[in-house]
Amino acid sequence: MYQHTRLTTNRLGFFQKFRNFDYILLVCILLLGFISLATMYSTDGGEIKFHTKSHFTKLAVFTLMMLVMSFINIKYWFSIGYLAYVAVVGLLVGTYLFGITSSGSQRWINLYFINLQPSELMKIFIIVCLAKFFHRMKLENVNSIYTILTSLIIILLPMGLVIVQPDLGTAVLIAISGIAVLWFAGINYKYFIYTILGFIISLPFVIAFLKPYQKLRVLTFLNPDKDPLGAGYQIIQSKIAVGSGGIFGKGFLKGTQSYLEFLPEKHTDFIFTLFSEEFGFVGSAILLVIYAIIIYRIVAIGASSRSYFAKIFCYSFGAAIFVFITINMSMVLGLLPIVGSPLPIMSYGGSSMLATMIGFGIVMSARVHNQQLIA
Amino acid sequence: MINSSSDNVKKLNSINRRMFITGSLKFFVMIGIVSRLFFLQVKENKKYLTLSDKNRIREWKLAPVRGEFHDYFGNVIAGNFEAYQLHVIPEQVEDFRYVIYRLKDLLELSDTEFKKVLKKKNEIKPWETLIVSDNLSWQKFSKINNHLYDLNGVKPVISISRNYPFKENFTHLVGYVSQANQDDIESTQAIKKNFVPGLKVGKVGLEKTFEEKLIGTNDIERYEVNAYGRRISQLEFQKGEKGKTLRLTIDTEVQKLANELLKDQAGSICVMDIYTGAVIAMHSSPSFDPNLFVFGISQDDWQLIRNDPMKPLVNKTLQGNYSPGSTIKPIVALSALENGIVNTSFTVRCTGKTEMYGQTYHCWKKKGHGYVSLRNAMKQSCDTYFYEVARKLGVDKLSETAKKFGLGEKVFGNLFDIEKKGLIPNTQWKKNALGKGWLLGETIITGIGQGYIQTTPIQLCLMTAQIANGGYKIYPHLVVDDKVKDQPIDKFTPLYKNSKNIKIVQDAIFGSTNEVMGTSYRSRIDNPKYQFAGKTGTAQVKKITEEERELDLKTFQIPYEQRDHALYVAFGPYKNPRYALSVIVEHGGNGSTTAAPMATKLFKLIIDRHKIRESLRNKKYLEI
Repeated sequence: MYQHTRLTTNRLGFFQKFRNFDYILLVCILLLGFISLATMYSTDGGEIKFHTKSHFTKLAVFTLMMLVMSFINIKYWFSIGYLAYVAVVGLLVGTYLFGITSSGSQRWINLYFINLQPSELMKIFIIVCLAKFFHRMKLENVNSIYTILTSLIIILLPMGLVIVQPDLGTAVLIAISGIAVLWFAGINYKYFIYTILGFIISLPFVIAFLKPYQKLRVLTFLNPDKDPLGAGYQIIQSKIAVGSGGIFGKGFLKGTQSYLEFLPEKHTDFIFTLFSEEFGFVGSAILLVIYAIIIYRIVAIGASSRSYFAKIFCYSFGAAIFVFITINMSMVLGLLPIVGSPLPIMSYGGSSMLATMIGFGIVMSARVHNQQLIA
Repeated sequence: MINSSSDNVKKLNSINRRMFITGSLKFFVMIGIVSRLFFLQVKENKKYLTLSDKNRIREWKLAPVRGEFHDYFGNVIAGNFEAYQLHVIPEQVEDFRYVIYRLKDLLELSDTEFKKVLKKKNEIKPWETLIVSDNLSWQKFSKINNHLYDLNGVKPVISISRNYPFKENFTHLVGYVSQANQDDIESTQAIKKNFVPGLKVGKVGLEKTFEEKLIGTNDIERYEVNAYGRRISQLEFQKGEKGKTLRLTIDTEVQKLANELLKDQAGSICVMDIYTGAVIAMHSSPSFDPNLFVFGISQDDWQLIRNDPMKPLVNKTLQGNYSPGSTIKPIVALSALENGIVNTSFTVRCTGKTEMYGQTYHCWKKKGHGYVSLRNAMKQSCDTYFYEVARKLGVDKLSETAKKFGLGEKVFGNLFDIEKKGLIPNTQWKKNALGKGWLLGETIITGIGQGYIQTTPIQLCLMTAQIANGGYKIYPHLVVDDKVKDQPIDKFTPLYKNSKNIKIVQDAIFGSTNEVMGTSYRSRIDNPKYQFAGKTGTAQVKKITEEERELDLKTFQIPYEQRDHALYVAFGPYKNPRYALSVIVEHGGNGSTTAAPMATKLFKLIIDRHKIRESLRNKKYLEI
C-alpha cells in the first residue's frame, strides 16, 4: 500500500500535477504582478516606458519559469541543494573578481545575456542548501557543535562575499534567510537569545566600525529632520508621500510626490511609497492582505508537505519573504534605517524577482508533489 | 526504522511549535505595520498633505503695477509705459550660442553689455528667464520680431515700467524709482511684501514717501513644480491690484515755467495757495532727467550729475539752508509792531552806516536813506532802520514771531525725510548749541537776515503766504486728498495779536514793489489783475571786507561762489491775494535784478491759470 502510494505520487500525470496547483497562491502572485505592473506604469509617468516594459518581460518570463519549476519533482530541487549553493557562491566570487561597479558598489556580474546580482539569488539558495543540510539530521544532532559550526560557515561565507561588495543590507537579509532555517531546524532557543543579547551589547562597537555612509544612515534614521535636504531627504519625502496619500490615496497616476520627482528610488526600494501615495491606506492594506495570503499559503503548503525538506523550506521561505516585506515597508515608513532591500515582486529589479520566483517555484513544486517523500 | 520515525515525529513537533511562534510574531509585526500606516495616512494625513503641497506648489510673484502721479489737472507726471523687453529661457533654446550671438548683432550690443548678459545667464537656472534687454526701442523691438523665425526660444515681452514724461521738471518733487536694494526691502514693509527681483521702488521724493500707497500688490502665479524647481503646470493666476494714483496740487504749467526761469542757474522757486496751502509749483534747479535712473543710470551720466558744481542732487527748496537776507524784514517789522517796539511813525536816520557797540554796520546804500519810517524802510529795504529795530526788539522776541510764521521748522512735517529745519536763533539756542552768550551785534545782523539765521525756500514761501492771508496759519500740502481728514485743529488760527499790524506790513511790502524807489519797482505789474507785492533779499555768502566794500564790484566781477544769493518773496494779486511765492537764485547777485523779474513772469501765468484751477474745484463740488 505504502509502496503503491509512493509509486503513484512519483508518476503524477501532467493534468494531475496541474490539478495539484495551489491556485490561491498563483492568483495572488499574478495579482501582485499586475499591481506591480500598474505601479511601474505610474513610475514611468503614466506611459509605457522602459521600466514598465522591462518589468513586464521579467514578470512574464519568471512566472512562466515558476510554473515550469512546479512541474519538476521536489526531489530534484532537494538534490541540487548543495550544488546550487556552491554555484551561487562561485558567482559571488566571480562578482568580487570581475563584477560591474555601479554607484560605488560591485554587486552585478555580466553573464553575457543578463546582468545578475548573485547576492539576491543567495537569499533563496541558502535556504535550499540549509534545508537539505538539516533534512536528514536527527534532532539530537542538530545542536551539536559540528552542525552549528557548519551551518554558520554556510551562512557567513556568502555574507562575507556580499559585505565586501559592499552591500550590508543584502548580507543581513541573507543571514536572516539562513537563521530562519536554523530556527525551524530546531537549534536551541538559548543560542538565539544569546545571539540577540550579544548583538545588542556589541551594537555600539559595530556602529563604530561602520562605514561613514552607513553611520549616517543610522543617524538619519534616528533624526531625519537634522539634514532634510541631505541624508534625511529620502525618508522625509517618503513619509510625506505616504502620509499625504490619506485613506483612499491621491488616485492612480496622481501621486504628486512621485511624478514631480520628489521621491527617490521610486522604481526599486521606494515602490511601496508610491503605491501607498496613490492608493492610500485602503490600497496599502489590500496589498498587505495579498502578501499575507501568499505567506499563509506558503506556510500551509509547508504544513501539508510530507517531506521534511519541503516543510523546512516553505516555513523558512515564508519567514524570509515576510522579513523582506517587513524590512522594506518599515524602511519606507521611517521605522528602520535605510537599508537597500527591495519589496518582493513589486520592486523593479531582475535578480530579486528571479530569486523570489525561484522560491515560489520550489514552494509550488512542493505543493504539486506534496506526497513525495525524500529518503 | 522505529527510531527514525520517532525522531521524525519529534522533528515535526519541534518545527510545528516553532512555526506557531513564528506565525504569532508575524501577526504582531503585521499589526505594527498596519498601525504605522494608519498613523501616517489617517491620523497625520493633514500634516503630510500640507507638506506635500508645500513641496509641489510654488508661487511666482510678478511686479505690481505702480500707481501714478497726476497734477491738479489730471496730467500724468509719473506714469507707466510699456517697456519692450527681450526674454530668453536658456533651456528652451536649442543652440544658445547661436541665438545669443545673433541677438548681439541685431541689438548692436556692446561687448560690455554682452558680457553682462552672459554673466547673468550663468547665474540663473536654465529654466529661469534671462532678461537680455529691458528697455528696447521700438525699432529694435520690431526688428527682433521680424527675425523671430530663427531666434528659437526668444520671447519679446511688453512689460510695465515707470516713465516721467516731463523729465527734469518734477525730479525733486516726485523723485524717481530704481531697482530696490536690501535697505529698501528692510526699511519698508510694503516692499518686503511685494518684492520681486527687478522691482522698482521710490528712491527719493514723493515716490519714496508714498511707497506704500503707490506700490500696489503682486500678481501671483501658482505653479506645480517638480523636485528640481521646474514648472510643470499653472494652477492659478491671482491678479494683483494697481497702486493708488495720487493727484498733486501742482500745476504743470507753472512748474514748467519755474524750470525754464531757473535754467542754467542754481536755485529754487515755490508757489503756494495762501488759503489752502496747496503747493502750485515747487522746483529746485538744476534738475536732471529721472528717467535715467529707472533702468539703472550709466556711470557717465551719474558722474555728470554728481560732479556738477551746481549740485543737481540737492533739493534746494527743502534742503537749502539760506540766510533770508532782507526777505526777513517783514517778520522783523511785524514782530516789532506786535511787541509795541515801534509804530508807523517811528523813524530812523540812515546815513549809510551806523556805529553800534563799537562796530560799524553798513546799509546797502552807501549814501544812506535819510529819515525813514517803517513803510519807507521796507520799501527801500533800509538796513539801518532794521538794525535799530532789531536792537530795540531783541532776538528772543524776533525768533518767537519768526517761529510762529513757520520758520525754523519743517514745513511738510514727515513728508520728506530730506527736509531741513533751517535755524531761528535766540539766546537760549546759542547757549545750548555753542555754549556762548548771545552778543548784541548778532541781534543787529539777524534783523537783516544775516548771521546765524537760516531758512529754506519753502519756509520763506510759507511765511509770505501767512502774511498775505492776513496772518492765519496754513498747512502746505502737495497731495489732493479727496477725504478731508486729519485737518490740523490749529489751521487758520490767527498768528497775530493785532490784525492791523499785518495790514501795515502788507502795505509796506506793496510799496516795495509798486512805488517809485521800491526795491522791486522795475518788476511791478500795474494791471490790478496781476499786481503783486514782494520783498527782495540779497544774502551774503561771505563777510564783505572793507576793501571789497570800497571796490564796489559789480556782480559779474565777483567769482561765482562768492556772489550773493538773490531772493524774492511775493504775494498777489494785491487787491485780493491768493498766491504767494519765493524765488531764490544761488549766487544770483541781487534780489531786485535777478529774482524779482522771475516773480513777474510767474504771477502772470499763475493768475491766468487761477480761473481754470477754480473751475476744476467748483466742478468737483457740483459732482457731489
